[in-house]
Amino acid sequence: MAELSDTPAQPHAAVSFLKQTANTVCSLLITFLGLLAVTFIIARIVPVDPVTAILGERATGEQIATLRTKLGLDDPLWQQFLIYIRDVFHGDLGLSIRTRDPILSEIGRYFPATLELSTLGIIIGIFIGIPAGVLGATKPGSWRDQIVRLIGLMGYSMPVFWLGLMGLLLFYGHLGWVGGPGRLDSMYEMMLDMKVKPVTHMILIDTALAGEWDMFRNALSHIILPASILGYLSMAYISRMTRSFMMNELGQEYITTARVKGMPERRVIWVHAMRNVAVPLITVIALSYANLLEGAVLTETIFAWPGLGRYITDALLINDMPAVLGGTIVVGAVYIGINMFSDFLYRLADPRAK
Amino acid sequence: MTFLPFARKVGAATLAALLLGAAPSALMAATPADTLVIAAAIDDIVSLDPAEAYEFSGLDVVNNTYDSLVEINPTTLALEPGLAESWSVADDGLTYTFKIKAGLTFASGNPVTAEAAAYSLQRAVKLNKTPAFILNQFGWKADNVDTVITGAGDTLTLKVDKPFAPTFLYNCLTAGVASIVDAETVKTHDVGGDMGNEWLKNNSAGTGAYVLTSYKPNEGIILTARPGYWRGDAKIKNIFVQHIPEAATERLQLEKGDVDIARNLTPTDIEGLTGNKDVTVQSDVGGQVYYLSFNQKNENYKNAKFLDAARWAIDYQGLADTILKGAVIPHQSFLPQGYLGALDDLPYKLDIEKAKALVAESGIKDPTVTISVRNNGVYPDLAQSIQNTFGQAGIKVVLKVGEGAEGLKEYRARQHDATLQTWGPDYPDPNTNSSTFAENPDNSDAAKATGYLAWRNAYDPGEMTAKSQAAALERDPDKRKAAYEEIERTHQTTSPFILMFQQARQTGLRSNVQGFYTGGAVDSVAYWLATK
Repeated sequence: MAELSDTPAQPHAAVSFLKQTANTVCSLLITFLGLLAVTFIIARIVPVDPVTAILGERATGEQIATLRTKLGLDDPLWQQFLIYIRDVFHGDLGLSIRTRDPILSEIGRYFPATLELSTLGIIIGIFIGIPAGVLGATKPGSWRDQIVRLIGLMGYSMPVFWLGLMGLLLFYGHLGWVGGPGRLDSMYEMMLDMKVKPVTHMILIDTALAGEWDMFRNALSHIILPASILGYLSMAYISRMTRSFMMNELGQEYITTARVKGMPERRVIWVHAMRNVAVPLITVIALSYANLLEGAVLTETIFAWPGLGRYITDALLINDMPAVLGGTIVVGAVYIGINMFSDFLYRLADPRAK
Repeated sequence: MTFLPFARKVGAATLAALLLGAAPSALMAATPADTLVIAAAIDDIVSLDPAEAYEFSGLDVVNNTYDSLVEINPTTLALEPGLAESWSVADDGLTYTFKIKAGLTFASGNPVTAEAAAYSLQRAVKLNKTPAFILNQFGWKADNVDTVITGAGDTLTLKVDKPFAPTFLYNCLTAGVASIVDAETVKTHDVGGDMGNEWLKNNSAGTGAYVLTSYKPNEGIILTARPGYWRGDAKIKNIFVQHIPEAATERLQLEKGDVDIARNLTPTDIEGLTGNKDVTVQSDVGGQVYYLSFNQKNENYKNAKFLDAARWAIDYQGLADTILKGAVIPHQSFLPQGYLGALDDLPYKLDIEKAKALVAESGIKDPTVTISVRNNGVYPDLAQSIQNTFGQAGIKVVLKVGEGAEGLKEYRARQHDATLQTWGPDYPDPNTNSSTFAENPDNSDAAKATGYLAWRNAYDPGEMTAKSQAAALERDPDKRKAAYEEIERTHQTTSPFILMFQQARQTGLRSNVQGFYTGGAVDSVAYWLATK
């Protein structure tokens, strides 16, 4: 069979692969351009004058006019937009108004902290959310199902701000099980630069690479609470969706067939049904991961986490619009990236999608 | 199918790792003995170059890593010699001579010379960053600064363009922008003629008690003491300022002992800390003043009786005791406590009957005031209280609540009706507030003199402009003080500004921390005196 189809199929497969890649790149470009257009328009309609934001309260009229010209704000809008696109594609997101540093390098410092926190959060969310959802689906209406639903509901409805503070109060303040706000205890924070070379800017990975295991453990004790809170939020969503996907699958005929054939129930659920549940679940997980990446602002504020969400919020509060837009573009790009990646996994998991 | 056991293993390993990591963390509750750990919001920092730093957190660092010719004593807040041991002013009041102390060195080991001092001041003027205007006031511009500021050996000569009050110059020389930098070191870090500006954003080159070891924006600052500081070695070896923007988090860490000092606690947090014997609360003042001002483009606001009515219709003490508790103290003149000539008396209090009578006398029927208020912090609550008491006195208030930057734009364009604002002094001399509240050389729209608060409110202070300008030139310190007091009294009773409060600051300290001086309204924090 394979030998027969091999020769004629190959050019065909290559063409279709190229076509697919071209399609993907095209849709990626269009989405990204749309993102740029939206951020550009937002920057122009917010009532914050970049010039006075840079020059401050005491600027004279003459200083204002000079800077307007320098920033190209007197050029026609379409021209400004083209320049903006050109700069972004050259990796130039502009300078932060506050620090006058390139925004891209600032984001390069903050984004890994968010990535690390959200990744751990989504891992916790997946490892608890999926089994919890399955548990609910196999015994719908049972007390176990009710508990899973209640915990999920709480995750949906409790404000993360409150949850974070209460978590800190209990686990850090009273019980002392976890480290406090920040990425490390102050003692380790002071030694960090001397002992650990920033390779990825992700503290768990960097400390592990440097072999500083005390520091690693301390970092873990600091990240575990905020990551668990993020994990709890995504767990709530993932478990609800898993439950409903799984219930749907368990009603299918092939499941009945498998059971009739005497297959153990665990195998029926985790192998047969899960394979089909996994397909839509990938999208759910990708979406909640993307949500954590962009939406960890409050968690980052409470836990004094130097991440991207807080960077954008801080910038917003002082009207540092270039930084806000730079951050938005990066978050948008990551969002697009995660979606693409989930598409890819989707194809891998579901043969029909090929 | 092979995925399942693998996943199970990974899951178990992850869980085990998480639990393992979490357990021993509580061991580290106390801060290291040789380090003062401070929780503060440091996201205001733009640069740590003294010629550019102009925000509270940045100036706190500059004050501990650099010194100026003239300094403010952190405990008494009085002027005292800094890197200059003595100084004199020529009879014409235009030339100042400073003698630099012998034997002082920068952190690099380079000696402190008059040349370095001259370079530092020239550099700040030439770089022309935000705080440069403090030096520009003396006629120092990029094109003349090499000739009017000169240094040789131990003698520094400064020439000014007007016979200013000497205290005016000395006070301005205590500002961060007048810090003396290690010229030799800075010059080696010049990139494209930036006079080391980029390098000094993240490094220090001064004579201060501390050296900047690390600065990570929005994360933290580490300072390390250097031996041989001319004011006595720092008591604590390291300072670690951790960026904790959320007040409730700061409080929790202070209670746990994970930080020694918390600087951004809210009145609610302070209240929650009472009775905790591990923590003490230190109160002092900051430099900001809170005021309500009326735009005199509206003729009603030129009516003296009406303005007087408004002054008697605010519950100064009540507000300071309730919604603004701990955040402000009542203060009714434009110079904050701690400034030369500041008035401490409080002539106005809430008196609804008196206010009502004054409204009637003013002849304005059913007065309505639209107050622009920013939508954050204490402003909305404060505005509502004023709305309430004004209402009782027969003045209807419409609140126009909006975003801070937008309100500022309107204010600078003189388009507001009335506005609730704060003002922070720019440097520790009375001229900073007197010039903006009580001077307005040209009240026309075309002048666009947005730097003058009087202009923004279309207020012509009449002869007060000249009096305030003269006070900046008054060479007798006592007469100068009296001149500002007189201006403040006139301003207090005739201007369309109602000064209400001065900022108060409450710092939470672990009870073993002593000698933490925040600098009050005139200076920045001094870390080198702190012990724990």
